[in-house]
Amino acid sequence: MSGILQEVLIKNGLLTAFLLVGGLMGLSYWASARLTAGRLHGSAIAVFGGLVLAGIGGVVAGGRNGLADLPVFAGLGLLGGNMLRDFTIVATAYGASFAELRRSGLPVVVALFAGVATAFLCGAGVAVAFGYRDAVSITTLGAGAVTYIVGPVTGAALGASSEVMALSIAAGLVKAILVMIATPLVAKRIGLDNPHAAMVYGGTLGTNSGVAAGLAATDPKLVPYGVMAATFYTGLGCLLAPSIFYLVLRVLCPA
Amino acid sequence: MAIHGVALLALSCLGGFVLGDWLGALLGVKANVGGVGFAMLILLYLTGRFERADRFSPPSAAGLVFWSNMYLPVVVAMAAQQNVLGAIRGGPLAFLAGTTGVVACFALVPVIARLGRPPAAGTAGPEGGAGGA
Repeated sequence: MSGILQEVLIKNGLLTAFLLVGGLMGLSYWASARLTAGRLHGSAIAVFGGLVLAGIGGVVAGGRNGLADLPVFAGLGLLGGNMLRDFTIVATAYGASFAELRRSGLPVVVALFAGVATAFLCGAGVAVAFGYRDAVSITTLGAGAVTYIVGPVTGAALGASSEVMALSIAAGLVKAILVMIATPLVAKRIGLDNPHAAMVYGGTLGTNSGVAAGLAATDPKLVPYGVMAATFYTGLGCLLAPSIFYLVLRVLCPA
Repeated sequence: MAIHGVALLALSCLGGFVLGDWLGALLGVKANVGGVGFAMLILLYLTGRFERADRFSPPSAAGLVFWSNMYLPVVVAMAAQQNVLGAIRGGPLAFLAGTTGVVACFALVPVIARLGRPPAAGTAGPEGGAGGA
């Protein structure tokens, strides 16, 4: 009996994922209304629940893809993969205001450069505090604090050690996960309640998955604005970190 | 037909991603630069054009809106496959490197948002206090 059930669930992985996510979201909205009196939004709880499941999946399956490494839940990999993520995010732009997007153009450019530089400096500073003294390692760790894609791209370009690469990816993961969780909590304090602020936020924080999930948990209407800005962040990081940032660091810390 | 809206969305995405990869290659960067953003702009342009020409029927729009509404579940599924353990195993260095950057950037958001507050925004800006530059 259970063998047949398992086989059906695995064969129809995407449907299993629909069911699992639907159930998780139902539970999250119920908990939001009943347990927090609506103070914590259901979508925020759902994203957090997803992360908890990812942790459990990581412990049980021992892989890198959270719950999606368990055969029964492999469909999550398709439903939450890059293709459908970008497809649905682009769809949210339908109905967005072109005028709003254009009006915030210049502040977004400022936000992108300031955001990448700030994250990089923080990551590089921590690397130095932990005793790293060579420009390659410091740059790679700083790049990891930008996003978990900028880190390994930079490390590969500069020839960083695999230990530093792993740490830099981990720093980027910490950032993405923290942005997912913290955005709805700090949204009011940083004035994240209009398209302009959402674009500046997306440009400053920039980690795609973090911004996407953080805004979804804050106010779905703001998603396209934040994501529109964030989409340039990783590219800018990959451009600046292994070039200008590395050259500056090489002057500051000659090996 | 719903598929028209979905196809339009797919066209916008593919077009945007190609542009993003192309821009990345042009800049010599091993990453897609702005692909999702370009895709959004293409979608806004195309739907705007079709709507003005009255050739974007409600069923077509429904196909598009469906995927827009699937956004949150997709993000939850994405959260469920994050390498949470990888983040935890990174230890204090990874944790601090990630968190200090996030905290600093969160603090920057209201500052930059104020710098470039668009004039036509309906909400009252904080610029009333001290006059002058």
